[in-house]
Amino acid sequence: MNRIVTIAAVSFLLLAACTPQQDEIENQTEESANEAQQEMDGMDSATPIADSDTQASALEDEALSAQELLEQEDSPIASRVIYFEYDSAKVNDESMALLEAHGDFMSSNGNVNVILNGHADERGSREYNIALGDRRAQSVRRILLFQGASTGQIESVSYGEEKPAVFGHDEESWSKNRRVELEYQVR
Amino acid sequence: MKLMLKTLLGFILFGLSWQINAAISIEITEGVEGAIPMSVVKFETRNLPVRLKADISSIITNNLNRSGVFKVLGNDKYPSTPHYSKDVNYAKWRAIGQEYLVVGRVLSKTAGELDVQFQLLDVLKKKQLLGYSFPVKLRNVRATAHEISDLIYQKITGIRGAFNTRIAYISAKIGKTSKYVLQVADTDGFNPQTVLESDEPLMSPSWSPDGSSLAYVSFENKRPEIFIQHLASARRSKVTGFKGINGAPNWSPDGKKLALVLSKDKSPDIYIMNVSTKKLTRLTKHRSIDTEPVWTDDGASLIFTSDRSGTPQLYEMRVSGGKPKRITFEGRYNTAADISPDGKNIAMVYGGGGSYKIAQLERESGNITLLTSDNLDESPSFSPNGRMVLYASTQGNKGVLYMVSLDGQSRHKLSDQAGDIREPVWGPYKKNRR
Repeated sequence: MNRIVTIAAVSFLLLAACTPQQDEIENQTEESANEAQQEMDGMDSATPIADSDTQASALEDEALSAQELLEQEDSPIASRVIYFEYDSAKVNDESMALLEAHGDFMSSNGNVNVILNGHADERGSREYNIALGDRRAQSVRRILLFQGASTGQIESVSYGEEKPAVFGHDEESWSKNRRVELEYQVR
Repeated sequence: MKLMLKTLLGFILFGLSWQINAAISIEITEGVEGAIPMSVVKFETRNLPVRLKADISSIITNNLNRSGVFKVLGNDKYPSTPHYSKDVNYAKWRAIGQEYLVVGRVLSKTAGELDVQFQLLDVLKKKQLLGYSFPVKLRNVRATAHEISDLIYQKITGIRGAFNTRIAYISAKIGKTSKYVLQVADTDGFNPQTVLESDEPLMSPSWSPDGSSLAYVSFENKRPEIFIQHLASARRSKVTGFKGINGAPNWSPDGKKLALVLSKDKSPDIYIMNVSTKKLTRLTKHRSIDTEPVWTDDGASLIFTSDRSGTPQLYEMRVSGGKPKRITFEGRYNTAADISPDGKNIAMVYGGGGSYKIAQLERESGNITLLTSDNLDESPSFSPNGRMVLYASTQGNKGVLYMVSLDGQSRHKLSDQAGDIREPVWGPYKKNRR
């Protein structure tokens, strides 16, 4: 039950957080605008979760602590890795929905900090891959901020290709290494 | 079509399978068409009270073969094994097509000191070209063998040899507990010495032009920071630790500045730091990735990687400022430039998708020549005489080091080292030359 409640609460807050920021989007750079557009797209797909019945009960439910939410195996924030395409920092729709849940979790839990660890696959030069990992972490950061997390909650570090998750030399391995890992700390 | 496949003939001989990423390894040429035939006779050591661990003649042989300039004959084919020029029967060496011959011996001098003597002989002219006697401490025998290689190389080619120099690289063991080690070794991979060991990544070593220090990136504090470490004293200091990327340090030719990359002002940009005052000057200001700066030989410009055009390409920019000029147009991935000491050539990673090879870009003509044929080659670094390029490749699940001659014809793997080796950088000439 708690699980459904959490999802509903997240979705509700997510919708609430969405609207007031519309004006800001217009003033962003092109890149941010694109990111913002992706965020909007992502939200559309996330919306159906918000069922009016569960929403009502969510508001009455006692909130779980940040630590409890982080430890829940099936919660929307249980997954903490965002994957990327080759030489790209673009967050896909599926990951966008996941990041919305994370951003919302952070905005409702001010005592939570996150380190965004950016990574790249092994191909090409190492310092360029550091920059790619950084770019990936920055695009995750922008989404979390847009979602209501505050700048003080987020740090990012790019490891480039220095810490692979998987060791093979094929696309299957590479696709698992092009990632941003969210590492939470509860203060 | 600027891309010239000078090495194409070689690839045809081995089949064109390299193009379709087949898992083959090109045979490593032990000498190339036109390589100078010569012999290096095993040095006499029988009068020594100790047994030498280093085999001088085989160190010289490996060096000369690796250069691609020479083809040293296997010593099972030698007609005799002279140690002094007076014992050489030139006709016999001429009969088996040898042009040069090296003979030598190691004598006992005083306690703990040896006398290493060698002679370089011209087989056709039947005369000595070089003859030296080195007083050598026992632990310096390897270095002396490299020094002899340099003298032979220079006498015959007219180009200064770079065998008696050092290389730095990162050795890694990645797993549940990881270990990253910054090491310095001889150019044949022997004599490795640890500069720094860490549980977190170490990256991007760069030699100071006098060879006394290394700048590098360390994640020891769970984020990247740039350090300078003096090798002899192991004394080190942090030079940058800003928020975000602190990366790609590269020492200026006069040793007074470091070019480096910081993302403290959002996207990664190129900065120049005055090493003694730590004062920073920002050079690029662009929302794209700008990274991997290297100084041109005259110290007036930097070449760096930027993806401002949409794909990573090389750009050149005056350190006094101005607009960066794009210098690579062939292919969708040109990164990690290193500039030859004479400033005429750039070695870089050339590729995209599944294939990353080392290529040489001739700066004046813009011609690109592929130097390597594997698919995960990176980190090219010129020898101080500009004749060889050291780089990292992947074999199975570990990184290995290779050297390739500038014509791409001679490619040799460095002796197998333990661990996963990457990011080799070739150090400068040593100062104290005889």
